[in-house]
Amino acid sequence: MELRKTETYSVQQMILEKKSKKKINMEKVMPKLLFLTAAISVFTTIGIILTLIFETFIFFDRVSIVEFFTEAKWLPFATAPSYGIMPLIVGTLKITVIAAVVAVPVGLATAIFLSEYASEKTRRIIKPILEVLAGIPTIVYGFFALTFVTPVLRDLFPSLDMFNALSPGIVVGIMIMPMIASLSEDALVSVPKSIREGAYALGATKLETTIKVVLPAAISGIVASIVLALSRAIGETMIVSVAGGSTPNMSMDVTSSIQTMTAYIVQVSSGDAGYGTTIYYSIYAVGMTLFVFTLVMNLLAQFISRKFREEY
Amino acid sequence: MKLINKSHVAKKMPARLAVNTICKGLFFLATLVGLLVLAILFYRIFTQGIGSLNGDFLQNFASRKPEEAGIKAALIGSIWLMVVVAPVSLLLGVGTAIYLEEYARKNWITTFIKVNISNLAGVPSIVFGLLGLTVFVRALALDRSILAAGLTMSLLVLPVIIVAAQEAIRAVPRDLREASFGMGATKWQTILKVVLPAAIPGILTGGILALSRAIGETAPLVVVGIPMFIAFLPQTVMDTFTVLPMQIYNWTSRPQEEFQQVAAAGIIVLLILLIFMNSIAVIIRNKFQKRY
Repeated sequence: MELRKTETYSVQQMILEKKSKKKINMEKVMPKLLFLTAAISVFTTIGIILTLIFETFIFFDRVSIVEFFTEAKWLPFATAPSYGIMPLIVGTLKITVIAAVVAVPVGLATAIFLSEYASEKTRRIIKPILEVLAGIPTIVYGFFALTFVTPVLRDLFPSLDMFNALSPGIVVGIMIMPMIASLSEDALVSVPKSIREGAYALGATKLETTIKVVLPAAISGIVASIVLALSRAIGETMIVSVAGGSTPNMSMDVTSSIQTMTAYIVQVSSGDAGYGTTIYYSIYAVGMTLFVFTLVMNLLAQFISRKFREEY
Repeated sequence: MKLINKSHVAKKMPARLAVNTICKGLFFLATLVGLLVLAILFYRIFTQGIGSLNGDFLQNFASRKPEEAGIKAALIGSIWLMVVVAPVSLLLGVGTAIYLEEYARKNWITTFIKVNISNLAGVPSIVFGLLGLTVFVRALALDRSILAAGLTMSLLVLPVIIVAAQEAIRAVPRDLREASFGMGATKWQTILKVVLPAAIPGILTGGILALSRAIGETAPLVVVGIPMFIAFLPQTVMDTFTVLPMQIYNWTSRPQEEFQQVAAAGIIVLLILLIFMNSIAVIIRNKFQKRY
């Protein structure tokens, strides 16, 4: 009798029984739970924006927004403090320009070499090394700038100060170079072979093909990679904190001490500014400015790579 | 009519080829710049730091005297940081990736989440520090604890993990999913028992790379207010602590020459830790990654 009973026990019944046992319906719960985790990244952005806005508002309650953008002096620690962000922006741009002068030619040339000239074997050796260069912590680069690049530069130019814009600028350039090289190389490699072969068939040399055919075809990816890398340079913190000094100024001189937006935030954070002081809130106003700068550049990079992409 | 002036071409050809060769050399030299810098950097740090790197250095706490300074608190602190960052960022990152790859419909919300993630990846790390200071340290009153720093770092590396996990999940072929559905498995069963096991090597590789980024970051922790000078070991995640990059930053910014050697020794420890983690990532990638 027992046996006959199991014989009539159909698969459908088993499924039904199994389904009724489950108290929580995973099929309904999991998508919602996973959506929540995905929402965390959105909340992070909202959190960043709200944090910056609220604290910046408190700052602008105490310091006029006009002064913040027009005053040419950043002297928060003075007895008569002055909060004009321009010197910090100038410092940041000096670092960015020097970094670009180093990173764009070297990165682009590396990308061209790897994608157009190098053999598969060479590529397989060089690409991981560039990845290592990109993975080195920025504090290590900062140490390198202060203890190696600055002394070497001071041997070459004795008028160079111990803290200056040149040394951290060059090192930031080295730091962002692998990014330009790797992203530009991706853009170059994705240009189809047939286009190159068309140029060869017309009698162009490899260089002419690269400069006049491949580069223009990949230009959107290349420009986007440069914009992205420069936005990284603007947000770079430890190299400029360690080797750039802490004297915000408006001069175009690269041999003397400067201060960037990021370095100011570090200077205040590692000292004891005290919660609630104007100096404390000033780091949010500076952080807001920095955030807007990098956000605009990131959106620009996305816009360029989407808008001007050549599809093959 | 002659279409091509052959003599003209022949006259110009050697110069064109010469320029080609010269430029090839220049491109190659530019490529060497990166390698050369890396070699100098490693050589400098190794020669500067090797003298201070000994058993005492690993076992001592930070000290005002360079010869007694050690890295114990920072090394243990970095490991504590990983203990918080690894589970939090993996859970959030992999969850987001599964949602985006398996469940998300093509609508504006999904597009918004994706655009948001790529923008989050470009936010300077120091801005995450400001977020951590306001939300975790002050609003949630976690103070300067391992938890506050760990949560800040988790958000910072989240985009890296999401992108890596998305790629790993996308690489799992459709056939596997359909075979699982064909056997009567539900969507979640398929994801849990078929897709995730196949994607695990890729996810782990991305996770380790993200962790190694978290280990090397300094700026957000400076803003969060993690102390640079500590002479005790944390007991729980609510204790305050310091990490390797913070300790190195502290030594680097001291004027005495001896502290630079100590800083270099600290950098060697940090780099060894990073190389170790990256080797594990490479091993996982090579050993477990199946090609479908």
